[in-house]
Amino acid sequence: MRQSNILRNIWLGIENLLLHKLRSFLTMLGIVFGVGSVVAMLSVGEGASKKALEQIRKLGSHNIIISSVKSAEEEQAQTNITRSFLSVYGLTYEDHRRMAESFSHIKQVAPVKLNRKDSHLRERGMELRVVGTTPVWFELVPREVLAGRVIRQADLDKRAPVAVLTEFGARKILATEAVIGQTLRIGSDEFEIVGIVKSESGEAGSIQIPDQQVDVYIPIEVMRRYFGDVYTKSSSGTQEREKVELHQIIVQVDNAGNVEALAAAIERMLERFHKKKDYAVSVPLALLKQAEETKRTFNIVLGSIAGISLLVGGIGIMNIMLASVTERTREIGIRRAIGAKRRQIIYQFLIETVVLSTTGGLIGLGVGALIPFLITYFSGMATILTLNGVLLPLFISMAIGILFGLYPAINAANVDPIIALRHE
Amino acid sequence: MGTQAVSDNGHEIVRLEDARKTYQMGTEQVHALAGVNIVFTKGSFWAIMGPSGSGKSTMMNILGCLDRLTSGSYHLDGKDVSRLDDDSLSELRLRYLGFIFQSFNLIPQLTVQRNIELPLYYLGWDAARSAERAKALGEDVGLGDRLNHRPTELSGGQMQRVAIARALTNDPQIIFADEPTGNLDSATGDQIMQLLAKLNEQGKTIIMVTHEPDIAAYAGNRLHMIDGLIDRIETGAHETKQYPKEHLARH
Repeated sequence: MRQSNILRNIWLGIENLLLHKLRSFLTMLGIVFGVGSVVAMLSVGEGASKKALEQIRKLGSHNIIISSVKSAEEEQAQTNITRSFLSVYGLTYEDHRRMAESFSHIKQVAPVKLNRKDSHLRERGMELRVVGTTPVWFELVPREVLAGRVIRQADLDKRAPVAVLTEFGARKILATEAVIGQTLRIGSDEFEIVGIVKSESGEAGSIQIPDQQVDVYIPIEVMRRYFGDVYTKSSSGTQEREKVELHQIIVQVDNAGNVEALAAAIERMLERFHKKKDYAVSVPLALLKQAEETKRTFNIVLGSIAGISLLVGGIGIMNIMLASVTERTREIGIRRAIGAKRRQIIYQFLIETVVLSTTGGLIGLGVGALIPFLITYFSGMATILTLNGVLLPLFISMAIGILFGLYPAINAANVDPIIALRHE
Repeated sequence: MGTQAVSDNGHEIVRLEDARKTYQMGTEQVHALAGVNIVFTKGSFWAIMGPSGSGKSTMMNILGCLDRLTSGSYHLDGKDVSRLDDDSLSELRLRYLGFIFQSFNLIPQLTVQRNIELPLYYLGWDAARSAERAKALGEDVGLGDRLNHRPTELSGGQMQRVAIARALTNDPQIIFADEPTGNLDSATGDQIMQLLAKLNEQGKTIIMVTHEPDIAAYAGNRLHMIDGLIDRIETGAHETKQYPKEHLARH
């Protein structure tokens, strides 16, 4: 009985609004835009969070990535003294050992040596990025193993010349043939291909993700023995020689809560042992914070727009409802004379307002769902429409109906029936 | 004068005792009712008459539970209603009273049927039963074929018939008619009065405000007011009555 009564009231409200279609529509516009921007805001924010999470996944959420960088002074010195200058910088084996031993919150550490080498499989060749590392790498940069296996501790112990290719690299170099067991020539040394892994590419925010598509992974001990620590780069007639022991150290922290503190501690430790700042500490988790920050800024901007729209929309509705109450003074008088109580009049007008604002909200939802679609289409920014992103704006529009409908409804209920019945 | 009480043999339905209603108009106090004592019996037909400002409209509003007395008491069907709050008065109007107005006061956006149904909506009847009752009442007043029309598509007489049907929807004890023929030509007005007379014959108490003697003649009792007080009361057929009694009886 009660429920059917509510439905009947809502239907009566809809009927009344349909009597003035254009007026009702124009009244709704403020809510339409307000709700539209809320929906757009939520879905863009959601998309940004998801993107950040995806980046974190690529980088490893518990990882700290320490990379060797050439310090500014070193760069300077090199341009002054052109020939046969050996610049020494970067992370050392000692850094790796110290890190692995001195911090209790570190779960695992993977040292990384990098080098670019022309590699060949029979007559086919390409330049690969050679990554000398330990089995820990494959735990800190977890990628799907497509064939064979990854590097094992035994490979390191035996200094076995084995190599793991990426899927991309394997395709390039051998097209469709099965590569496992084949011999890959890196520079002038021969390696047995033991596995193929997937790879991610590109950047995640400001941090370069650890793996690349053209990687070939070999045991770090083998790399050190075969290729040494000195790299020669020839560019535009000059020869640059650099000595770098480790290019990267990837640290896995036991708990996300310790990541930041540990990063700071590592930074302090490195500061003590390095005269120059020839390293950089990146914290993938900081990306999440950065993304949250962006999201918050975005939310504040769009939220203000949405808030103002909703406020204006609410005031617009209130204005029209007040006019409607005046216009329908006589109707109110008739209803009161017949026996309608004040609260029933309040109820009637309140429902009309809520129907109006909720309809506006529904249209706004449609508009709001279109905006993220257009954003994604034109800017490639990820947007996601969640259930909350739909329910919240609808709830807001209903609340606005109640908030801004209450005053006109109370006005309506306070109409004196005697005067109202004489109202022209 | 002004304090006389009328008592019939029948059961009393309305009793006003020293009823006073005072309005503040600027600095002046206006005594719309200046101490009225009267009793109406069940099934009677009263016409309240008087020049404008005599207090007849105030009388109607008080009796119709649309307004409250400043002092004195009003008993409706034996119950003191003079101190009731707004909700209780609404409840009384909803269950015991019906109203007919000079300007019909139909809700323009609702169809004839929905206008007739209106009291049932507030009485909490379901839609199907309400529609059934509204249709029956619409047919009773001769508008069975106009149920889905809007009031604006009807003539004045038809609109007043809808109003009468609506006033009957809640099966009221008393029907209040405020100048029911004021906006109608005399022939239509007479038809409406005949309809009211018929309802009175069927046992409804009718209280009507009018300033037209011809219309007042339909009522068995005529109460003349001046300056917020009862001036005189007439009972029985009026000498200026145009329609003979047998004409009424036909309906």
